[in-house]
Amino acid sequence: MARMTMIESIRDAHFVSMEADDAVVVFGEDVGHFGGVFRCTQGLQERFGKHRCFDAPISELGIVGAAIGMAANGLRPCVEIQFADYMYPAYDQIVSEAARIRHRSVGDFTVPMTIRMPTGGGIYGGQTHSQSPEALFTHVSGLKTVVPSTPYDAKGLLLASIEDNDPVIFLEPKRLYNGPFDGHYDRPVVPWSKHESAEVPEGHYTVPLGKAVVRRPGADVTVLAYGTMVYVALAAAEESGIDAEVIDLRTLIPLDTELIIESVKKTGRCIVVHEATRTSGFGAELAAIVQEEAFFHLEAPIRRVTGWDTPYPHAQEWDYFPGPDRVRAVMSDVMEV
Amino acid sequence: MSSEIPEELYDYSKREPRRPTPTDPEVDGYPIPMDVRRRLYQRQQELRQFEQRAYDLFMQNLVKGTSHLSLGMEAVSAGFAEALRPDDYTFATYRGHAHTLSKGVSPGGVMAELLGRENGILQGKGGSMHLTSVEHNMMGSYAIIGAHLCIANGTAWSAQMRGTDQVTVVFFGDGTTNIGAFHEALNFAAIWDLPIVFVCENNLYMEYTPIDYITAVEHPAADRASAYGLDRIVVDGNDADAVYQVATEVVGKARQGGGPSMVEAVTYRHGGHSRADPGKYRPPEEIEAWKNQDPIQVYHSRLLRLGLPEQDLIEIQQSVATMVDEATEFAKSGQPPSPELAMTDLWADGGSSWRN
Repeated sequence: MARMTMIESIRDAHFVSMEADDAVVVFGEDVGHFGGVFRCTQGLQERFGKHRCFDAPISELGIVGAAIGMAANGLRPCVEIQFADYMYPAYDQIVSEAARIRHRSVGDFTVPMTIRMPTGGGIYGGQTHSQSPEALFTHVSGLKTVVPSTPYDAKGLLLASIEDNDPVIFLEPKRLYNGPFDGHYDRPVVPWSKHESAEVPEGHYTVPLGKAVVRRPGADVTVLAYGTMVYVALAAAEESGIDAEVIDLRTLIPLDTELIIESVKKTGRCIVVHEATRTSGFGAELAAIVQEEAFFHLEAPIRRVTGWDTPYPHAQEWDYFPGPDRVRAVMSDVMEV
Repeated sequence: MSSEIPEELYDYSKREPRRPTPTDPEVDGYPIPMDVRRRLYQRQQELRQFEQRAYDLFMQNLVKGTSHLSLGMEAVSAGFAEALRPDDYTFATYRGHAHTLSKGVSPGGVMAELLGRENGILQGKGGSMHLTSVEHNMMGSYAIIGAHLCIANGTAWSAQMRGTDQVTVVFFGDGTTNIGAFHEALNFAAIWDLPIVFVCENNLYMEYTPIDYITAVEHPAADRASAYGLDRIVVDGNDADAVYQVATEVVGKARQGGGPSMVEAVTYRHGGHSRADPGKYRPPEEIEAWKNQDPIQVYHSRLLRLGLPEQDLIEIQQSVATMVDEATEFAKSGQPPSPELAMTDLWADGGSSWRN
């Protein structure tokens, strides 16, 4: 057991899967020789050769298209889109082809493919290097959507994703690559080496898709979060003194509805937190499910704490970002109902 | 306000007709064995008669939704099919009935799919525009322009990596050459040296618009080949022997590790873009000229010149007619699929549920 950053654990997952299965191929922009802009694929080409890990042109449509064709023919591609914001040229391939081919070919043409992409803000990336487009994937039937929040989960979920027989969108919160960021941007960064969820076992293990986890048990209010927002919610709970139960969804599709509903029935209150824009975000889906299945247990309206309905503003990054202050304020609100 | 813009810019049917290049008399002498030529004739007959029947079934309102026929374009599909092995891969567009049949997929199953019946090759889930048979390595028909060129690269990569000598052939229309996916796919194929053949079926019209009117070069595919280090190859797409000859060369090259090729086969569709389109934006003399160089007539005449008895050709026509009748009966005998069937095969577990 060693402590790893999320970058290192993602890299380790690649090594483990490529070692175990010759069908796993990894490619993308700067992924081969350089090892990826965030270094998540460093060393793979050296170890496995240029046929297993290689560089692609700036050509997201071409990358994802080729991966679909490989996946349909016995390979298990795991491709990197350099930033989730660069995904749009490939969106047609993801939506019209990857997500749907199994259904329209009656199960004959399948796409066991993983598309990794760094997501979220907090690095002054501005409009086009900060987005959280998860709802654009969860809205499409046929795609699994995964958002890890710890190095342990990142490795286990990535291995599960690569081994999964459906196309998986693997969103890596880039603000968590090097440490568990709680939204207090004016404080020193805590590195993963000082955090126990950075303990990553050697070799193969998986974290199953579709299983959420309670990060902080509590009795007063259920807070649903994923990715960076898990740490924001935890910080808000500690600072407010409200006994919040923080659930880390880990995968959005498939969704662990059972754990969510069980928790809300216990606490009677629910807050959804995500960094993405509010309108038609995944929080809306979560709120709908909670009211459909736990309405008579609710003691307060379900509330959302989210990014603004604007592009990610460069200079006002921390105003847009739904930090612990905003989460805390809403927690207090729902407790007063 | 008076306009200086000539009328033909608004009414394409008044433009100068684009006539076919006359059939090359030298093709008669190509060293193609007679049994291959008989199969090429039979295949073209199958594609022609199947599409005519599909059209008739539309008129009887038995086919729901739109459909895109290959009438007049049979030589391209037949010529390539003859040059391929069963384990080679093909990809087609929404105009994919012919390419699906050419890969040996059951005509009855295809016809039933057009009719949206449960006995269709995709149980009615795909329909005319998405014909797919992985069993036959016919890797699908794609209705999003250009998408499948990129996917075909992946198939070719897979064959290359697995060390098989399978070749991937991807068919697309002239309109595809103006979308980014076309250029991204060619670049990938070239840098990876893939065993793949890109086949542009240039039928001169991008849907309802003349391709030359909206393309910077005369030959939309071939004139771009040099940008990716590929040879400029234009072939008479109404002559199955000419197509077969070129197909044999480029498929052989790909199979031997010689890398990708692109072929532009110039042809013409007899009908409109889709069911709803009578194709009236085309000059009448142009349609007439191409119908006079119909691929099946061209081939029929050649086989007679080469000494095949007319009775043989009539027998082929008749056996194909019987096959199409049987396919039609099979299709009509199928039931509409149940609504529950739509809830299957979304995920690898066979179902469509996304939450517990």
